Amino acid sequence: MSGQSRLLYGHRRATNFVILALSLCATSAGLAVLFFILYSLLRHGLPALSSDIITKMTPPPGSQGGLANAIYGSVIMTAAATAIGTPVGILTGTYLAEFSRGSRLGQAVRFVNDILLSAPSIVIGLFVYEVMVVPMGHFSAWAGTAALAIIVVPVVVRTSENMLSLVPASLREAAFALGTPQWKVVSNVVYRAAIQGMLTGVMLAVARIAGETAPLLFTALNNQFWSVDMNGAMANLPVVIFQFALSPYADWQLLAWGGALLITITILLLNILARFVAGWSSFAK
Amino acid sequence: MSIEVTPMDIEVTPMEPPARPRPHLVTLPGMPRPAPSQDQPAAKAADQPDAAPGLAPATKAEIKDLRFYYRQTEALKGVSLPLYDKRVTAFIGPSGCGKSTLLRVLNRIYELYPDQRATGEVLLDGKNILAPDQDLNLLRARVGMVFQKPTPFPMSIYDNIAFGIRLYERPGPRDLDERVEEALKRAALWDEVKDKLKESGLSLSGGQQQRLCIARAVAVKPEILLLDEPASALDPISTQRIEELIADLKSDYCIVIVTHNMQQAARSSDYTAFMYLGQLIEFSTTETLFTSPKERQTEDYITGRFG
Repeated sequence: MSGQSRLLYGHRRATNFVILALSLCATSAGLAVLFFILYSLLRHGLPALSSDIITKMTPPPGSQGGLANAIYGSVIMTAAATAIGTPVGILTGTYLAEFSRGSRLGQAVRFVNDILLSAPSIVIGLFVYEVMVVPMGHFSAWAGTAALAIIVVPVVVRTSENMLSLVPASLREAAFALGTPQWKVVSNVVYRAAIQGMLTGVMLAVARIAGETAPLLFTALNNQFWSVDMNGAMANLPVVIFQFALSPYADWQLLAWGGALLITITILLLNILARFVAGWSSFAK
Repeated sequence: MSIEVTPMDIEVTPMEPPARPRPHLVTLPGMPRPAPSQDQPAAKAADQPDAAPGLAPATKAEIKDLRFYYRQTEALKGVSLPLYDKRVTAFIGPSGCGKSTLLRVLNRIYELYPDQRATGEVLLDGKNILAPDQDLNLLRARVGMVFQKPTPFPMSIYDNIAFGIRLYERPGPRDLDERVEEALKRAALWDEVKDKLKESGLSLSGGQQQRLCIARAVAVKPEILLLDEPASALDPISTQRIEELIADLKSDYCIVIVTHNMQQAARSSDYTAFMYLGQLIEFSTTETLFTSPKERQTEDYITGRFG
């Protein structure tokens, strides 16, 4: 090795070391924040977790209670919003990836979807307040569901389109080459190849709306009592946390921490499940 | 000429009388077929040493003045040739010569892409398949295709085959079982997969996957089988199996194969079309094309001077 190439090699090694050190620093900074959040959640939230939290209603200040009505409200509104938003999102994503073929309509839909994807959730809350809460004259779980569904749609559209676009063109060609009509190519071959990615997208959308506060603040608001009436105001974890955490009462603050921990654990589990589904494949060997 | 000719490539030398009936040389569109009893000019007879006109194969498809465009780029510049039934026709030529493009016109798979179009005629049993009123799904059910890379569907081995059959037929469960078995046997894959029909098609090896794709294509009983470099992604053993399979399938189909591999064309085809820069340079029986090509470019290509 000549002197010059030895020098070049040494230089390259030094650069490599510096870059590696910088990226390690950045990674550990990010992880440190994440673990600090988890730590404080566990420290403050764990004492709140007891059987009361899932059996008792949100209490007036100074008395014992739980989060049962808020948990029920969050679950039911998240489920309804997912049930409404997922088909719309998947079909729109399918249109964009399989049928629009670079048409102007397709480009317009994609552009609008990108705007919707980055729209602040409080704007969506205000919008639903204007078009649903004001005409109906009262807050309602349906309005909350609508606001959450509007958040689900663009996430599912985007992930569905991306996942469908990842399916190799050769697989589509092979299906068409048998004389398969396009709707059958999509539903029987392309969906099968992309289903895991699309499910992952749906789960990420669920994780996203499970913690949304702003859209519910203007729509479902809150309810101190157990209510299964979708036409009335309904309790939900994010708004309860918002309200209780800002209150001066120690027992309300404790319940807020408990609710925050519950949401975080749920989202964590959903993300792990999403990973599991993405990695799980009945057909990849 | 300096090509290496193995005994496999030709079975008789051009000067000897044919040992077995062989397909005769290309009949150009519009030209009357040479009849055996007619007097032929001596030079022409010498050009067609293995012509056995009485056993002329039937023309399955006739490509006429075919031009193909990717946006404004002309990829095929007026190609005309016949495709014979129960014969294997190979398209050879260097990369970018248009051989795959030509193949992709025959089932109009190019229509999936909006900026590709073809002009001219492809007469399949006398009917122009490039006509706008041609139903594409029905056409593709008649003209099957196997691609360069194996493309098993993400479903079980059984369903991979049954999928195509169910598109145009409603067989009962037992009939369907039989059809799947028949197709897998046809593709010489049955013995290897008969105990794991419920397993994913993706669990097979590359060579097995390609035979699965061939089985899938023949299961729908097409009339023409298009093979786009079917063995180029496979190892030599798998390649040999595919070639044996082509020889076996020839008795029932009009087969068209695109290949980069000249030995493969020489081994497995009856007719060969040499293409260069979007034009058909030469088309004749494989034997003639490889032993006494008429065009200088053909000779340069098959002797390895370029390409």
